[in-house]
Amino acid sequence: NPYAGLVNHLRAAWLSGKTRPIEYRVAQLEALGRFLDEKKQDILEATASDMGKPSFEAYFTEILLCKNEINGTLNNLSHWMKDEHVDKNLVTQLDSAFIRKDPYGVVLIIAPWNYPIHLFLVPLIGAIAAGNCVVFKPSETTKNTERLVAEMLTCYLDNDCFAVVTAGVQETTRLLENKFDYIFYTGTTSVGKIVMAAAAKHLTPVTLELGGKNPCYVSDTCDVQNVARRVAWGRFFNAGQTCIAPDYVLCSVEMQEKLMPALREAITEFFGSNPQESPDFGRIVGDKQFRRIRALLCSGRVAIGGQTDEKERYIAPTVLADVLPSDPAMQEEIFGPILPIVVVANMDEAIDFINARPRPLAIYAFSCDSKVVNQVLERTSSGGFCGNDTLMHVTLTSLPFGGIGNSGLGKYHGRFTFDTFTHHRGCLHRNMGLEALNALRYPPYSQQKLGLLTATFEIKRKGMCTLL
Amino acid sequence: MERMQQIVGQARAAFNSGRCRSLEFRMQQLKALEQMVQEKEKEILAAIRVDLHKCGPSAYSHEILGVLKELALAMDKLPSWAAPQPVKRDLLTMRDEAYVCPEPLGVVLIIGAWNYPFVLVMQPLIGAIAAGNAVVVKPSEICENTAQLVSDLLPQYLDQELYPVVTGGVPETTELLKQRFDHILYTGNSTVGKIVMAAAAKHLTPVTLELGGKSPCYIDKDCDLDVACRRITWGKYMNCGQTCIAPDYILCDPSIQSKVVENIKVTLQEFYGEDVKSSPDYERIVNKRHFKRILGLLDGQKIAHGGEADEASCFIAPTILTDVSPESKVMEEEIFGPVLPILTVKNVDEAIEFINRREKPLALYVFSNNKKLIKRVISETFSGGVTGNDVIMHFFLSTLPFGGVGNSGIGAYHGKHSFETFSHRRACLIRDLKMEVMHKLRYPPGSQKKVDW
Repeated sequence: NPYAGLVNHLRAAWLSGKTRPIEYRVAQLEALGRFLDEKKQDILEATASDMGKPSFEAYFTEILLCKNEINGTLNNLSHWMKDEHVDKNLVTQLDSAFIRKDPYGVVLIIAPWNYPIHLFLVPLIGAIAAGNCVVFKPSETTKNTERLVAEMLTCYLDNDCFAVVTAGVQETTRLLENKFDYIFYTGTTSVGKIVMAAAAKHLTPVTLELGGKNPCYVSDTCDVQNVARRVAWGRFFNAGQTCIAPDYVLCSVEMQEKLMPALREAITEFFGSNPQESPDFGRIVGDKQFRRIRALLCSGRVAIGGQTDEKERYIAPTVLADVLPSDPAMQEEIFGPILPIVVVANMDEAIDFINARPRPLAIYAFSCDSKVVNQVLERTSSGGFCGNDTLMHVTLTSLPFGGIGNSGLGKYHGRFTFDTFTHHRGCLHRNMGLEALNALRYPPYSQQKLGLLTATFEIKRKGMCTLL
Repeated sequence: MERMQQIVGQARAAFNSGRCRSLEFRMQQLKALEQMVQEKEKEILAAIRVDLHKCGPSAYSHEILGVLKELALAMDKLPSWAAPQPVKRDLLTMRDEAYVCPEPLGVVLIIGAWNYPFVLVMQPLIGAIAAGNAVVVKPSEICENTAQLVSDLLPQYLDQELYPVVTGGVPETTELLKQRFDHILYTGNSTVGKIVMAAAAKHLTPVTLELGGKSPCYIDKDCDLDVACRRITWGKYMNCGQTCIAPDYILCDPSIQSKVVENIKVTLQEFYGEDVKSSPDYERIVNKRHFKRILGLLDGQKIAHGGEADEASCFIAPTILTDVSPESKVMEEEIFGPVLPILTVKNVDEAIEFINRREKPLALYVFSNNKKLIKRVISETFSGGVTGNDVIMHFFLSTLPFGGVGNSGIGAYHGKHSFETFSHRRACLIRDLKMEVMHKLRYPPGSQKKVDW
């Protein structure tokens, strides 16, 4: 077991209790903040080199959103850590009843390549805030970022308690053989199952942030240009490599007709007449992924874009019209800058279409009619939902972010990350006195005792009279 | 296999029909459950008596009272639990609607245990129904009569397609676990817990595992020993020790060990009389297999009290062992029987160290007049839950989440926590299609000006 030494080292640090005091946690979180400030340029360069990430995007997702999480956590940490007192019943009136926030211990975070800093850092913030020791594994696919994290981030954190592991598939499998007290994985559904199966061997709780095909319903009553902009923004951000990107559009044949020029205009507004020359449009992360996405182009007909350049791993912002459910683009999560439009007759058909498929991470619905948006919301199921926009629900950290079914289990962001890495321990601290009151529960039992016991324990429905 | 597929398939179709979404429907089902418990109280108590040799008042207070309490709470609170919860918005979302919407998960599976065979299926069932799910219930086959009764009664009172009961043992449960569920709540032991989680992993099904462990009980020198021992005796020997949160073993200073034994002996007499075997309030071990297992733990031990056993009736007397060695068999596994080992430790530091060297237990108990000491033991150890200066009682306060950590389990339930366990908290952001000007900042082309702003 090549990682046994590392895990044992962290476990020893954990048992020493070092990570428990708030001052320690604050110091580590502040150090993470300094990492983001001082290494900003390095982060922008590494992500540009790894996947042509536009610096505007990289700054927003890899730096700004992460700094917000650090500051939000620092501002609220002492409140989150406090024992939470709970309502008591008659029997426990004189006791102290509260929920303690205990760290789990040594936790593992495995991150993917599409937002290579953000997707390990945000969970890491919560794990540290909750008082755990952490092993984190950035993606091996984004090599420059992986190296940056392994070489630079480690200088900011306490290496006894926080360790970076650089590992490919084989090594990650070995890493998962170790016992962790929590595992947080972001990635694909198929690997999610492997992670959970490994966790099951040790009864390790998990959070799995997975993916799926996020449908985007556009009703006939809507402001087409605004819709086109918001959908295009969400689809083409990071060259489509976003777990919550709108994966495909469902709309009527008339709306498809109207959307096309609007989408064309939005794309030109964003990236100019030749997106390959725009500094604001990203690239596909690797050759394998490039080829996979390119193969999806033979779905429906290419209405906008469709150009590719293998050398640069460039795929133009592309819209496919008249795509059929049986087409390649509808068989897997696209994770690329291709937006298929599937024609449906009406909202009911769109809802049925969505419900016939695995529950996605996000569902989007666009309409000027709020009733339509609410119908789609109420009659479907997904991790999260955003009406009249894309992606934005995950920027509000007071909303939990997570999937359901194949798109994942658990949730995080803001306080939810802290709670994810915390064991909520129910505590009842009783009085040694007043033993007479306990007599009702002791044998020898009798109907009379039972009657009295029932009266003290019972909750009566409001509006009914009570005996006592 | 086909039968399981059919049952689960039918429940899923029933769920997809949408009829269990409305609050009225859920309330109606909960009311029907309440009616069932009230009308069939006699039958339920009779089944439990046969399965566990548990007398009426005891079974009522352990199995019926808690269920009625939970039903009343759920019916009272359901509208507020199920309501969308608005969340704090930020500058960008100030004009939007942002809330968390609790939604049903779909078809959930509840696997019960044998030690409290009725309440351990009913309490999760209440939460699952309240959250709007379809539920497949699998009571423990070890308590045959209770399992059969649950299987007969639920279809008489509840929607038959949405809440089927599946009876059977290991083969049937294995087949059941091959089906896809949207949540599985399992109560039982860690070994089977791993099997359940592995099966759940194939479908990415979230799990709540209510497992067990050896719940330690530390008695400080500075405490009212009479009271402490009476409370411990109650919690240890109720249901003949077959309680997941029973104090499994005692840690105390050698100087108080004999007093502890004395006090427990006196209390046992108070509770069960001279001849425990003839007390109607003392239960039996559930079956021969567990009987033999528990008796085997007494080998080579110093029996300070009890030790008598009768295989024919699966009777094991309330037993106390002293000067137990940490390496002995009785300290290896969860006892789940009326055998109480006492281990001596020099001080609270040693006790804390002892506890932390072992798997995290489901419950932890500490008795002391010194509040600071209790706080210290709690903060330097880990466990599912804690009761200070008593045992078991944290289980009965439903505002506290009830569950384990590490080997003792994953997740929690009771009261509102049950509702949340069986719900998906869906994040919803509803924006305006107008006000496009506000959004221009985030669109490309990017520029330093935009970033600086």
